[in-house]
Amino acid sequence: MDFGLTEDQSLLQDSIKKFVEAECPPTRVRDIMESDDGHDPALWRGLAELGVAGMTVPAEHGGAGLELLDLALASDILGWAAIPGPFLGNAMATAALSQSDADAQERWFPSVATGETVLTVALGEGIGEWDAAAVQTRATGGKLTGEKSLVPYAEIADVILVTAIDDDGPGLWAVERGASAMEITALSGNDLTRRVAHVRFDGASARKIASGRIAADYARDVGLVLLAADASGGAHRCLEMTTEYALTREQFGQVIGAFQGVKHQLANLACDLEPAVSLWWYAAHAFDHIQDKTERHAALAKSHLTDLYDTTVRYAIELHGGIGFTWEYDLHLWFRRAMFDRAFLGESSYHRRRAADLAGW
Amino acid sequence: MAVRDGTLLRHEAPGNGAPRRPEPGARGALPPMAHRTRRGAGPWHTASALARTRLLRRIRRLLSKWDRAERVEEYHVNLKYSEEYQRFREEVRAFIKDHWTAEDVANNPQLSEMAQGLGSAPRTDERATAFRREAAKRGYMYRHVPRAYGGGEQPPDPLKATIIGEEFKAAKTPPELMSQGPAMLIPTLLAHGSEEQKQEFVEKTLLGHIRWCQGYSEPGAGSDLASLRTTGVLEGDHWVVNGQKIWTSNAREADWMFALIRTEPDEAKHDGISYLLIDMKTPGIDVRPLRQMDGDAHFNEVFFDNVRVPRASMVGDRGQGWYVSRSTLKAERALIGNASMARRTFDGCVALAQMTEVRGHPAIQDPVIRDRLTELEARVLAAEYNGFRLLTESAKGHDGGLAGLVTKLHTSTLAHDVSRLAMDISSDAAMLAPGEERAPFSGMLVQSYIMYYALAIGGGAPNIQRNVIGERGLGLPRDVRR
Repeated sequence: MDFGLTEDQSLLQDSIKKFVEAECPPTRVRDIMESDDGHDPALWRGLAELGVAGMTVPAEHGGAGLELLDLALASDILGWAAIPGPFLGNAMATAALSQSDADAQERWFPSVATGETVLTVALGEGIGEWDAAAVQTRATGGKLTGEKSLVPYAEIADVILVTAIDDDGPGLWAVERGASAMEITALSGNDLTRRVAHVRFDGASARKIASGRIAADYARDVGLVLLAADASGGAHRCLEMTTEYALTREQFGQVIGAFQGVKHQLANLACDLEPAVSLWWYAAHAFDHIQDKTERHAALAKSHLTDLYDTTVRYAIELHGGIGFTWEYDLHLWFRRAMFDRAFLGESSYHRRRAADLAGW
Repeated sequence: MAVRDGTLLRHEAPGNGAPRRPEPGARGALPPMAHRTRRGAGPWHTASALARTRLLRRIRRLLSKWDRAERVEEYHVNLKYSEEYQRFREEVRAFIKDHWTAEDVANNPQLSEMAQGLGSAPRTDERATAFRREAAKRGYMYRHVPRAYGGGEQPPDPLKATIIGEEFKAAKTPPELMSQGPAMLIPTLLAHGSEEQKQEFVEKTLLGHIRWCQGYSEPGAGSDLASLRTTGVLEGDHWVVNGQKIWTSNAREADWMFALIRTEPDEAKHDGISYLLIDMKTPGIDVRPLRQMDGDAHFNEVFFDNVRVPRASMVGDRGQGWYVSRSTLKAERALIGNASMARRTFDGCVALAQMTEVRGHPAIQDPVIRDRLTELEARVLAAEYNGFRLLTESAKGHDGGLAGLVTKLHTSTLAHDVSRLAMDISSDAAMLAPGEERAPFSGMLVQSYIMYYALAIGGGAPNIQRNVIGERGLGLPRDVRR
């Protein structure tokens, strides 16, 4: 039995952490988030060199051939550092592509592995509808018609993988960048480090690459686990920042961390957060090795960790006092990411409802 | 990544199947809430012997139902052991087969794990003693205790210890005793006791033939334990002890007490305390049961009136008792912090929600109940997996850091939150006391709800835990202490 990270996994996390600390401190995060498309190709190339872009791309296509747990460990660090860019949508699309036809894999996997091609997924429709069974977007004769909400980085993605239905039921279609009859509208989101867009298809050319709902389910479950890991990393960062602040900020003649009112709030956050790390580790492990537990554990991990992120960020801001509410202080970068993690792919109570249904209760 | 069938995953619960709410009137099912009528009956502690027997029979039936229906594979972490450990498991199984017969199992008290957790002590009769001796000889029990004192004397290996625990439990053998003597006194005696003390006490304690209570807390010394004031004055070859201890579990049953006594009144607070072993039969000791909020009396007050304790009964040196006792408290924190309480209560809570109808609707179908159940389940799973994480860390010789420090606060809070949901699922039947047959599960969950206060407070109240987490885990400054 070995419920923990391997040396390789710890090393992987360390190198990604060193890279983002050096290459993307909060000042650069701010530069990128204030840019037009919220994407820095140089940063993405650097991450791709570390294997972040093609981590789960099979080795025969030039990827690292690693597992979701490894990818989630990367997501944990990216969340810790509030890294902007197309990581999440690209990773979810990679999972969907792994369940798609061989032609599609040969066509895109090699350049995804190097980071040259950026993928994204378009799953959501309307308000809060993320399930493949409820898709309204229609495919007829290689043309898509319909609307997709909250598509990550649709503006810069080279390929958008879209869930839709045709006469055979649900499936997955690929739409390449610049396709005609596709209208991408950038949305103004709360999270400034991860962009989303509304995408409208009005007979856009698309290629069917998978039948059934498996590819979409893969994308969703990977997304849920990566959001849980991102939330875990971000919440840890908020706890670190606040602890550091409590150790330096003096009031009433002492550092505020010596007051039990402050100390105990921080202890409560650590107490809830630390054991929860093992929950997303296990959810990722289940995706890789225990398939009948995947869907439930991904739902439980996402809802639990993103709720914890929200709680942590709330106490972090309160404990900072006024400074925590300013634009200059970095805390709001994580506050915004917590809002994204909690809402994207559906709110917590939706996933808890799914988990209850899946338990057979 | 292997292909899987997405439709199967969506529509069928893994290894669980359709909801298993029993038919109304089915064996063991509770009558729907609406059909219950009020009926007088005493709470657990005043129930007659016959009522108790009936109650235990009912509890057994309910628990075996959970065991069958609820404790499914879903809840077990599927972590593989290496071949070496698989072989070890086979060895343990073979040993059990040779030393604990079907007849022995049949002679066990017929109580489930949960009922045992609520107060039934493990066997310490001749057969159990013989088994424990053999198991220790083979290195399967009391592995941290040298052979010279009746232990198994093995290098630390948490994985082997886990396998032994699992196999012994599955085969219903006598377990390693985890009460205060074996769990708290023995590590202290091994580290600080004299050779005579070790010879006299260790093996008999491990076999349950000497039972111990802990004499630490006093009315004025709780969280600030080192301010204790029970005194010991040396007169010839005896310490003469005067004062009072409180919250002493099992003081009425215990043969001996290990106690912290102020023997050096002129020294600084922490340096004036000694660690004494006191025979509970010594004249001058008065034990008075302390009735707690659920009406039961698990704890006691112990009064000392010129109690003469032989000089040789001190463990460690004069004035070193505080430091001697540290190994004991550390052991206690490990004892109290584990996820199994929360897990058992959670499984009970799900079963309750499946069996209970409130205002004509099954509680399990209430969206709010479902939301709260899954929210708590995530926390229960986190606690369980965190336990596995810590086990793995300790197998590698690391301490768990923050993940280890938070365990006690995390699991005791969680157990309480789970039992609180059980009260809400019970609806107005939550008014019924433990032992009342019309209370859901005869009030076992109410009993947990009440007793989890003791779990939260024992071994360091929640705010003491928060200090430990904040100071040792996060590096925040200590507050002012005298």
